[in-house]
Amino acid sequence: MRFALIGGIYSNWRALETALSDIARRHVDAAFCLGDLGAFGPCPDRVFPLLQQAGVLCLQGNYDNALAGGLADCQCGYTDPRDNYFARLSYDYTFRNTSPAHKVWLGTLPTSQRLDVNGKRVLLCHGSPRKINEFLWESTTPDGFLAFLLADAGADVLCVTHTGIKWHRDLGDGRHVVNVGALGRPENDGTPRVWYTLLTIGDTVDVEFVPVDYDHDALAADMRAARLPGEFIETILSGWWTTCLEVLPQKERARGRF
Amino acid sequence: MTNAARVELRHLDNLWVQVSGTYCNIECHHCFNNSGPRATTFGHMTLDAVTDAIEAASAQGVREIYFTGGEPFLNTHLLDMIANSLAVAPTTVLTNGMLISDRIADALEELSTAARYSLEIRVSLDGYTEEMNDAIRGAGVFRLAVAGAVRLARRNLLPIMTIVRTWDDADELATLGEFARVLTDAGCARPRIKVLPALPLGRELTRISGLRRDECVTDAMLDGFDRDLLMCSNSRLVTDRGVWACPLLVEQRDARLGTTLGDAVSSYELRHQTCVTCWRYGTICGNVSARIEGPDTVSAPEAR
Repeated sequence: MRFALIGGIYSNWRALETALSDIARRHVDAAFCLGDLGAFGPCPDRVFPLLQQAGVLCLQGNYDNALAGGLADCQCGYTDPRDNYFARLSYDYTFRNTSPAHKVWLGTLPTSQRLDVNGKRVLLCHGSPRKINEFLWESTTPDGFLAFLLADAGADVLCVTHTGIKWHRDLGDGRHVVNVGALGRPENDGTPRVWYTLLTIGDTVDVEFVPVDYDHDALAADMRAARLPGEFIETILSGWWTTCLEVLPQKERARGRF
Repeated sequence: MTNAARVELRHLDNLWVQVSGTYCNIECHHCFNNSGPRATTFGHMTLDAVTDAIEAASAQGVREIYFTGGEPFLNTHLLDMIANSLAVAPTTVLTNGMLISDRIADALEELSTAARYSLEIRVSLDGYTEEMNDAIRGAGVFRLAVAGAVRLARRNLLPIMTIVRTWDDADELATLGEFARVLTDAGCARPRIKVLPALPLGRELTRISGLRRDECVTDAMLDGFDRDLLMCSNSRLVTDRGVWACPLLVEQRDARLGTTLGDAVSSYELRHQTCVTCWRYGTICGNVSARIEGPDTVSAPEAR
């Protein structure tokens, strides 16, 4: 069986639209969104009909949880004043511009999804199986810890998002962990493209990361019209993260420009 | 009798290793474990002992390993310990930065580049000027610590600069902004700053007053509280004299839980003032704090 896994949409409706068109051509058995529909981008209400019309099964991310619960912030846990400033701008904008009905809908989403595919126990969630806002970065998530998480959760294949940067770890014993990446913003690699993931489970588990080249210039124009910060627009255009840098580990931070 | 709550070790997420004991080349006024050049409470760990601890923690699925002291770079086997640690988990060294020569920085760069996992170097300072910092940490410390940090930054090993909050809340943003500017001007590009609360421990106890020494964390305080924010729910500290519940409680005898990691899995009673600090601020010792209480940290940004 083949699944399309998307995550971290961050209100980037243009990238979502392009990705969904691509997914439709690939004849997948199901498409899942692992959460964080809003944040960062413009016009947050636009992503909801796209997901619903495409039949994407959505899970709740920390941002969705915060919006649905009327929380004070996005629960990313920043302490750096600069990161907090931009996180607050983003959250306040998204909160103001997400309709009450969509907030209610976000509150109804499950936080995880289990699948049994060819004898493989697959677990989909946002951050980690134990916490919705736990960051699983490639460089700070060792194999032994992943083996513990999988055993603890009773899973053979774990798929998450939350960090915004994709990776795949084959533990060599038939077990796999995949961070499916994010559609909402580039992954701090100096290009404007974004990513989603195709997961194929047959006799083997195959993971394919799919680049999404979308009209990022048009999104930047949307963001300017919405009066979102220039720093966010810069990231969309350049591919380099300019905010939310505090939580990046050394390797992921050092690869970026800022 | 005490009404302190007990906390179980849910999982060993974080292994702390006191590689240099309490030996340190400086003697800070607020040091939480009274480290210094003549502090012999704890001694250097051997490479074998550290290797054993890393292997035991790895078998339990450890998530991160932290090397601390004293000053870790006083242990002559530190680079080998880092290499062993990085083979199984992301690794952080907490240092005053003064001993990071070009040779050491080259070696760290090599280790970092070769590793799959992140190597983090956390350099401690206590002010953004020589005057502020050296009043607490000793004469000449600021200059050497910043020089060490710059050597790392020039190799794209971006150090996390930690600073204990010793200023008034109203000065928070100006202080952090100035700190970042000074570091950048010195050649420490892209400064990463972590603010720590002052801990009511060690020499700091003699600097502060008005402390309620009978205060502890009670069951009522943990009702609805996320216990994952408490170090003792996810961490253990290995020393040359056994295993402790928490790196901050290393001077408390009741916090010694066993000889090896395997026998230090019992729950721990939160009877110390420091436990209240951890409850209040949340996982202050990790690289990314889950929650730091302080003044409003939402501010207009400084230019990058």
